[in-house]
Amino acid sequence: MNPVLRTVLQRLGLGLVTLFVVSVIIFIGIELLPGDFAKAILGQAATPDTVAAFQRTVGLDKAPVERYFAWILGVIQGDFGVSFSGLGALGGGQERTVASLIAPRLYNTLFLASFTAIIAVPLALTLGILAAFYRNSVFDRVVNSLTLTTISFPEFFVAYILMYFLAIKLPIFYSLANVGADTPLLERFARTTLPAMTLTLVIVAHMMRMTRAAIINLLASPYIEMAYLKGTPRMQVILRHALPNAWAPIATVIAFNLAYLVVGVVVVEVVYVYPGIGQLMVDSVSARDIPVVQACALIFAVTYILLNLAADIISIVTNPRLLHPR
Amino acid sequence: MSAETPGMAVEPPIVRRRRGFRSRAWRGLKKAPPTAWFGLIVVFLYVFVALFASWIAPFPESEATGAAFEPWSSEHLLGTDQLGRDMLTRMIYGARNTIGIAFATTILAFLIGGILGILVSIMRGWADQFVSRGVDVVMAIPALIFALMLLSIVGPSTTNIILIIAILDSTRVYRLTRSVAMNVVVMDYVESARLRGEGLGWIMGREILPNILPPLVAEFGLRFCFVFLTISALSFLGLGIQPPTADWGSMVRENATLISYGDITPLLPAGAIALLTVAVNFVVDWFLHKTSGLRDDD
Amino acid sequence: MTTDQKTAPARAKGETLLEIRNLQIEGQSDDVWHPIVRGVDLTLHRGEVLGLIGESGAGKSTIGLAAMGYARPGCRISSGSIVFDGIDLMKADLEIKRKLWGSRIAYVAQSAAAAFNPAHPILEQTIETGVREGMRNRAEAIADAKQLYGRLRLPDPDKIGYRYPHQVSGGQLQRAMTAMAMACRPDLIVFDEPTTALDVTTQVEVLAAIRDIVEQFHTAAIYITHDLAVVAQMADRIKVLRYGKEVEQAPTREMLTHPKEDYTKSLWAVRELENPPRAGKEIILSIDHVTASYGNSVTVLDDVTVKVPRGRTVAVVGESGSGKSTLARVITGLLPPSKGQVTFEGKPLPPALKQRTKDSLRRIQMIYQMADTAMNPRHRVSDLIGRPAELYLGLKGRAREKRVIELLNLIELDESFYDRLPAELSGGQKQRVCIARALAAEPDLIICDEVTSALDQIVQEGILKLLLRLQSELNVSYLFITHDIATVRAIADEIVVMYQGKVVQQGLKNEVLQPPHPAYTELLLSSVPEMDPDWLNNLLAKRAAKPISGIKRADA
Repeated sequence: MNPVLRTVLQRLGLGLVTLFVVSVIIFIGIELLPGDFAKAILGQAATPDTVAAFQRTVGLDKAPVERYFAWILGVIQGDFGVSFSGLGALGGGQERTVASLIAPRLYNTLFLASFTAIIAVPLALTLGILAAFYRNSVFDRVVNSLTLTTISFPEFFVAYILMYFLAIKLPIFYSLANVGADTPLLERFARTTLPAMTLTLVIVAHMMRMTRAAIINLLASPYIEMAYLKGTPRMQVILRHALPNAWAPIATVIAFNLAYLVVGVVVVEVVYVYPGIGQLMVDSVSARDIPVVQACALIFAVTYILLNLAADIISIVTNPRLLHPR
Repeated sequence: MSAETPGMAVEPPIVRRRRGFRSRAWRGLKKAPPTAWFGLIVVFLYVFVALFASWIAPFPESEATGAAFEPWSSEHLLGTDQLGRDMLTRMIYGARNTIGIAFATTILAFLIGGILGILVSIMRGWADQFVSRGVDVVMAIPALIFALMLLSIVGPSTTNIILIIAILDSTRVYRLTRSVAMNVVVMDYVESARLRGEGLGWIMGREILPNILPPLVAEFGLRFCFVFLTISALSFLGLGIQPPTADWGSMVRENATLISYGDITPLLPAGAIALLTVAVNFVVDWFLHKTSGLRDDD
Repeated sequence: MTTDQKTAPARAKGETLLEIRNLQIEGQSDDVWHPIVRGVDLTLHRGEVLGLIGESGAGKSTIGLAAMGYARPGCRISSGSIVFDGIDLMKADLEIKRKLWGSRIAYVAQSAAAAFNPAHPILEQTIETGVREGMRNRAEAIADAKQLYGRLRLPDPDKIGYRYPHQVSGGQLQRAMTAMAMACRPDLIVFDEPTTALDVTTQVEVLAAIRDIVEQFHTAAIYITHDLAVVAQMADRIKVLRYGKEVEQAPTREMLTHPKEDYTKSLWAVRELENPPRAGKEIILSIDHVTASYGNSVTVLDDVTVKVPRGRTVAVVGESGSGKSTLARVITGLLPPSKGQVTFEGKPLPPALKQRTKDSLRRIQMIYQMADTAMNPRHRVSDLIGRPAELYLGLKGRAREKRVIELLNLIELDESFYDRLPAELSGGQKQRVCIARALAAEPDLIICDEVTSALDQIVQEGILKLLLRLQSELNVSYLFITHDIATVRAIADEIVVMYQGKVVQQGLKNEVLQPPHPAYTELLLSSVPEMDPDWLNNLLAKRAAKPISGIKRADA
């Protein structure tokens, strides 16, 4: 078999196995709950009857393996089960499916993440490549110190600083990003400007540093010196000799940071009260609404795994050693 | 014809006098860039405040000594929080609690990840495969998300947080330790020690550890920042260090509403977190630069 | 071989092409600039090959690059003048130098595997400069490149260019890189140790190819190497460098026959160390029909039988991949053999390291090629040497200290080395400390794995003499693994020739080195360059008349 195809298939297989194991780990979460959990959730309404009913709804009366497959099959079809919040004392029998809770929020989160990525990725790559070229220049040193500082900031610090200066002291942007399902698109952009800006700042710092390091590493290769000593103009050295070997590191940098973005949204959503999946997860953790936590964790994990998988596959298909086997 | 005079006569005189640790440290410091100096001073101040919190703080840690949200005044230099507790006092105790917990967590993470990493690099084979694949899976879930999930199951408490974050973070320590230790294990001097019949303890502690210390020290600084930020983020989300323990992350959350009124007080604990991580990062950056480049002396 | 034979065509030397005056180059470490090259003059005429020779740290590569007006990052040309064909490279701006590079001055790097871009086929890289600078159109450039591949005796010259660098062997890549340098017919080529990374038998082909093509196109060249015998074949004139300064310079034949400076004489003299072989009596180590492999893959050792007599030196000779280092791993127990038996002092040795007793570990010691990696950089000399004495012989405190100093004296170092770190030792001193560490165990057999090949020639000689002296004093046996025939001549009593995991020939040194040889021994021995400038010509003539048959070479 073609080695590229073989390696890609291997990597895909490994990705599938990882997905499976991760889903098992997330599922096991519910197994680890203490025995009186039903009482804790149901509170004062916990009569033996309601507890038994709760356990039936959640499926605790069946064997774990059976429940796992029921759960994962549901997940594949988009059915994440029923939220605890609708059960027992609070909901009074008014059930809410996890999917109906997540769907609108997932859209919001994806909107914010894409908005950020479209700005952050090109900006970070450009800055990183420039810093690598003008290595040890004043520009490089300033950028290095600045990004190091930004990386060290907690996201909520950056978020509140931006909010304080750009929404409260100088009321340019919306300080809160509370959008609804019927918010028009333009207003949606306006309201999510500050969260996107916060995320961009954090991501660009990370991504720029990684891009710079990857490019510098590449430019130190003997074949780059050789190209230079063959009289190749600087721009051609980059385009013809460095770039074809740079796809793998660049893909890794982008994937890493998009994955970082996915996690970064949790805190930023809370600061700006943005109704995304991150905030939902935080609320559900506080309420110990396990089915929702599981669903959110699974969505985050799957995104993370798929992004890294994509980067790996790009590294494989751009590797000349695999493309042109002996 | 030619007889080599043993020792130094024929070979270039590269031997340098070894300096004492103090003079070397001082020489290194004198050449350190301003960012590193800034970092060192800040770290020193934080440690000082953390150690002597109960002597420096004007009020007890969690006692309401005024009304809620009092503005800055001569009595309460930074005002009071939502329960009327002195902000400055909470900031000072926050240094002790937040830094202490992050430090303990990082140490635990290094003990787990470091020991496993070195062991696996020596044993290789199936042990390496087993641990490494396990770590891959754990790392396939973002740490903050994993932590949130585990916290929803066991419930937030300081011990739980330390354990969860330490275990999650130890995977990264493990990866680094393993990769640097792998480079050392293949060295002839490790093989030579094995041929000599040295035991596992000697090989781990005397042959490998001293040679992977510089990257581990740098990583300790970076991991500390990461742990510190993660715990602060969890506390900020209300799922970390629980009240009434003073902690910077929760302080931001509890007083965040003040920002909408143009009061910067809640930014102070956030700034305190940022300043420390910046300082540590500057020191680590300098340390990395110093140990990665051409070494002047060891 | 005859020395009066004048087969090499006298090269017509033209006008001055390159003129370097009082060149000073500095390198940066830890923000301090220190000199690397201290005032070197160099003149090169058209069509002339100048050999730059020196040990590590002599600054020869730095000078080679400076001849192109280039300094590596972290280096700077601080003063002096470099004039190439009327162009002052010190003052010329980058654009002017860039136009020269690749077109009129070309560079051949030491490691072709690293210097070829992995993302492009060899042919693309060969024609790149010529096409870009508009010297030829693409089709002409391709035709020319194929022709150059043919002249450099690359196999299948019409097709090999379409391969990627990782698909081609090291010796072929080095020739392809010479073709790339030659593609624009430059006035000057800088060869930076082009054959150092190759095995001797491969080296011969590359040397011959490089020399012929440089002669055919009447190209001037700077040939940088640390190997005297190689430079003797390649250069018209030799310049000897040391610590960034010129020692002396003379035409090749004159330099070889009448070196003036003591340093040069000492370089030449190294080759003359030779001790008469002594037959052994009692066998201390016996390897019988050993077969070994890594994992389930290819057999690395195939039915190998070797005997080592007490107090004697058995040299195991072979190229990379011959299995000689694997043999050491089998003896030490790092790689248990799949078949066969290792017997030590009449008793069978357990195959795996873990099953061996402390005493049997003590009695077989090992010294490595790279003293740098064989010593823990964080341990002091006292611990490095003291640890085996403590572990095996139970020496502690004062007794251990006394023993360490005794051993230091034995290896001709004094007490001042007692608490040094390896970084504070020179290359030769490091290897001496490694020898002392082996001796501290009071062994019966020492396995020496290429112990001199990483060292400069003069230092090598010192180490070999030390080993011989220690053997006569302590009656210790050596199993000496090497690829270097000169070292074998110097130290061995018996020789074992290995090729592709098999023993090709073994016996007393004078017997093995006397013809007639088996085919592989013949190829190996005849490929070792000699100081005679006509050696390569004679060898090629001889091989053309009577090809060595029966050896299948991967790198042909």
